[in-house]
Amino acid sequence: MPEMSIREAVSLGLREALDADERVFLMGEDIGSYGGAYAVTKGFLEKYGPDRVRDVPIAEAVIVGAGVGAAMGGMKPVVEVMTINFTLLAMDQIVNHAAKMRYMSNGQFEVPMVIRTVTGGGGQLGATHSQNFEGWYASVPGLKVAVPSTPYDALGLLRTAIADRNPTIFAEHALLYGVKGEVPKERYEVPFGKAEVRRQGKDVTIVAYLRMVSVAMKAAEALAAKGVQVEVVDLRSLRPLDVATVVESVKKTSRAVVVEENWRTGGFAAEVASAVQEQAFDHLDGPVGRVGGLEVPMPYNRSLEAAAIPTPDRVVETIERLYGL
Amino acid sequence: MKVAPKLEKTLVQDLYRQMVLIRRFEEESGRLYMQGRIHGFLHLYIGEEAIAVGSIPILGPDDYVVSHYRDHGHALARGLDPKAAMAELLGKATGCSGGRGGSMHLFDLKRGFMGGYAIVGGQMPIAVGLALGIKMRRERRVVLCFFGDGAANEGEFHESLNLASIWKLPVIFFLENNLYGMGSHVDKTHATGRDLYLAAEPYQIPAVQVDGMDLLAVRETVLHAIDRVRSDAGPVFIEAMAYRFRGHSMADPSAYRDSAEVELWKKRDPIETFRVRMFTDGLLGPADVARIEKEVEAAVAEAAKFAEESPEPTPESIHDHVYG
Repeated sequence: MPEMSIREAVSLGLREALDADERVFLMGEDIGSYGGAYAVTKGFLEKYGPDRVRDVPIAEAVIVGAGVGAAMGGMKPVVEVMTINFTLLAMDQIVNHAAKMRYMSNGQFEVPMVIRTVTGGGGQLGATHSQNFEGWYASVPGLKVAVPSTPYDALGLLRTAIADRNPTIFAEHALLYGVKGEVPKERYEVPFGKAEVRRQGKDVTIVAYLRMVSVAMKAAEALAAKGVQVEVVDLRSLRPLDVATVVESVKKTSRAVVVEENWRTGGFAAEVASAVQEQAFDHLDGPVGRVGGLEVPMPYNRSLEAAAIPTPDRVVETIERLYGL
Repeated sequence: MKVAPKLEKTLVQDLYRQMVLIRRFEEESGRLYMQGRIHGFLHLYIGEEAIAVGSIPILGPDDYVVSHYRDHGHALARGLDPKAAMAELLGKATGCSGGRGGSMHLFDLKRGFMGGYAIVGGQMPIAVGLALGIKMRRERRVVLCFFGDGAANEGEFHESLNLASIWKLPVIFFLENNLYGMGSHVDKTHATGRDLYLAAEPYQIPAVQVDGMDLLAVRETVLHAIDRVRSDAGPVFIEAMAYRFRGHSMADPSAYRDSAEVELWKKRDPIETFRVRMFTDGLLGPADVARIEKEVEAAVAEAAKFAEESPEPTPESIHDHVYG
């Protein structure tokens, strides 16, 4: 099986879509002559031309809104918002329009659009460029939210997102682009709403997504050295959310900790924790734990930033404290 | 520049009928609101009929109309069935949005009525995207996008004008300036005062101001605009000066407006103005007016009856159309 990075997987998925369907086009800030802020669309302008690889002014509301309109008229836009922090400038279009068009029009109009964006901290980009809003979007009916942590999932989920007839937030983590993994040559898709068990264990379940999956895996290794067997569940999409796989795991382990990079207050981990206690209460040996980002705007300083983002050590400590393991 | 074709009697009578239909439809919906049959917000188009009827009927069947929350007049001028519109105001399953949209969110795919939008300025990027799709598919459609004076201060307004201009997109930006964004007068809210069309100039978009109380003036302006936009010359901006005779919504007692000002504008009633002029030109007579009035009255009564008698959406349908 060939190996590729997440950057290459996303790039491949986009090229496939452009090759397969003339209604597909890309639109975003510096995706053309610059090649994309994270180099995902490098060489696209030369290959597909300025009509289908559209550089736009820095004007997020109209970038996303034009995607909504184009999709309503029969196109299949893949819109890139450089980072999820900038989607706040397009939130009206995402939440008030893209998400509600089908419902408000009683199914007459649909918005088959993918909004690709970059989420997450850890690159010392400071408070305004290091946030994780994918959980917010996951609370909105009408949207779907995909969160790939491997090249396999990035390609498989992107194929699903482009084929989907609903607006999808496709959140790529800034620090994961270089992560490599095997990707089969044969065509496959990763459906939304299907979590993946990354590591089997019988003592405690850690639920995570995006970069927190690797944090969870490291915590699992550390705990394994102490004789605790951790199961790690990677959500892969936040909406739809695969509660069943999480609950199945918790029935086996009786303990669950949810890890997210976002602030804990009102964070997505609370949603998962709530679902677990509602659906697996009788199987639990202790409270469902949460590990999240510290409640501070992301500091620039390297060591402060590292302290703000969940680490394997913090996950291990939480598990030991909650369950006395 | 193309000269507007000479008006035919049948066209004049149809335009007159459409304005009267909007007026009577709005009066009836106002009544139903007061009777507690319509809920939520209800924004009446009374006083601004010459804009919708002066512009929308010029479009071809494949063109798109994008509206705002004061959308009944635009929808009716686009040929949306008054029964489906009234049923929507009453939240019925037979409404043009299945009772899911309401007064501010009328939709009609078959007629290219791409929706009423209730976030001020939010419809403008969408209109730009519709126009982008048209251009990419090399079609000859145009988008007619309405918005109010309030929208001209939104970021989405400026972003939309800029992008449409850069990409030379087939969209007519149509500003209905009724002088008040809810209760705030444009003099207090816009750096350019009342001449909001000047805001289009920095974006290199040809812009004109027209008397929005005069159907023929609106019609002539839009005829020229559509020609230009359809020939792939890029967007056009039209500002029509108008006035709503009622409050912002049914909940608005309109205390911020001087009654003398309201009366002054009412003397320029667009329906009356058009009627008098067409009487003079011999294209409309008292018998025509009486006949049209009767026809419209019957159509509005039928719409109200249809809406009242239509079923509510079923509770089981609540999750329909969230996803597809």
